[in-house]
Amino acid sequence: MSEREVMVVSTGTANLASVLAGLRRAGANPRVGRKAEDAAEAQALVLPGVGAMAAAMDTIHRHDLAETLKQRILQGKPTLAVCLGLQILGETSEESPDARGLGVFDAHVTRFSGNVRVPQLGWNRVEPGEGCRLLQPGYAYFANSYKFDTPPEGWYAAMGDHGGSFVAALEKGPVLACQFHPELSGAWGLELLKRWLKTAFESEV
Amino acid sequence: MLTRRIIPCLDVRDGRVVKGIRFQALRDAGCPEEQARLYEEQGADELVLLDVSATPEGRKTQYETVRKVREALSIPLTVGGGVREADDAARLLDAGADKVSINTAALMRPELLAEMARRFGSQCTVLAIDAKATGEGGWLNVVRSGQKDTRKDVLEWAVEAVETGAGEILLTSWDRDGTRSGYDLDLVCAVSENVTVPVIASGGVDSPEHLYEGVQAGADAVLAASIFHDGDYSVRDIKHYLQQRGVEVRL
Repeated sequence: MSEREVMVVSTGTANLASVLAGLRRAGANPRVGRKAEDAAEAQALVLPGVGAMAAAMDTIHRHDLAETLKQRILQGKPTLAVCLGLQILGETSEESPDARGLGVFDAHVTRFSGNVRVPQLGWNRVEPGEGCRLLQPGYAYFANSYKFDTPPEGWYAAMGDHGGSFVAALEKGPVLACQFHPELSGAWGLELLKRWLKTAFESEV
Repeated sequence: MLTRRIIPCLDVRDGRVVKGIRFQALRDAGCPEEQARLYEEQGADELVLLDVSATPEGRKTQYETVRKVREALSIPLTVGGGVREADDAARLLDAGADKVSINTAALMRPELLAEMARRFGSQCTVLAIDAKATGEGGWLNVVRSGQKDTRKDVLEWAVEAVETGAGEILLTSWDRDGTRSGYDLDLVCAVSENVTVPVIASGGVDSPEHLYEGVQAGADAVLAASIFHDGDYSVRDIKHYLQQRGVEVRL
């Protein structure tokens, strides 16, 4: 059994079974938790997310996790954010106008518009831009109604298209934030999880 | 751009597959996780697991089945059958479903869709509709368990359900299901045009041509069971066929 222990933050709103199964398949040993001191010290941490931004942020604030999560991402500690986990890295969202995100970067989440199905449910093409190392081109599974339009400064981005260009994923060192679900993206997603885990545990002696 | 999804459906009763792949030399043809894995290898974009257990005891095996399939599967899993309240859906999601479909319970109490959307998000909330043609250009909902018509118009119900919280519609033609005569294309077209959420066409598929027709009629995803189970075509065969006809698929 692998000793690659990964902390999976329970935001209360997320269904964790798929993320846990995906991490196990990628060779990690996931542990669910929500204590701030654990989140600060974890070698690798996953911030999953299904549901609405306000509910997820409520849980994060209730457990005093906001500053810890923000700092570990700013410090470049190995972190994987999935779906809503990506959106709460920004400042604000059209979905929950009164809620505040973690504010890792200054960005606003908007709803898909135009002549497309919402929610976006299905497999869409992911095109990594220059500088991406973890992200590779391929099809990923998305389940979202909201998105970032443009990548924040200082992050490498992969883009997708659903009635217009949107941010499919962001990466910076061992921090990876995906709008899609790598744990549901078949063999392509599994390889991405493995690359992130490898990067996350590279520095460990 | 989103690709069109190809979705095999497994019918499971008391934890065993009752309608599944027959052609392969499976170690255990009734084993849901083995069948699920095989479909993923064939290139399925998603899997629907329908629990057709007739008894409450049979239903209890459902959570264990979902857990096992989840561990084996790295594509999305939709589970339906017997969901009566939001707590039932929560248990299925905890066990590893990514989406939960409801049918009769939503017809009886539409607020269930709102509750599910609030708790889990509309992207987890799938409304299943069984539609029966009236013969006058419309469709009425059929309640599967009671095998009776409701007086609820399908198009009106689809619109109402989406406004209430449904994030996807699994649309089965009651008239075509099991007949192998192709989807009810007028139904697929009418519902797709009236809602903004994705629509999965279901019921009646016997050939790759039928799946193509479903896509042309406006379906975002096409579901089939026996065409895959019988082994005439693998999911990958169908995807190649669709691609040749200009449909964008994940290969």
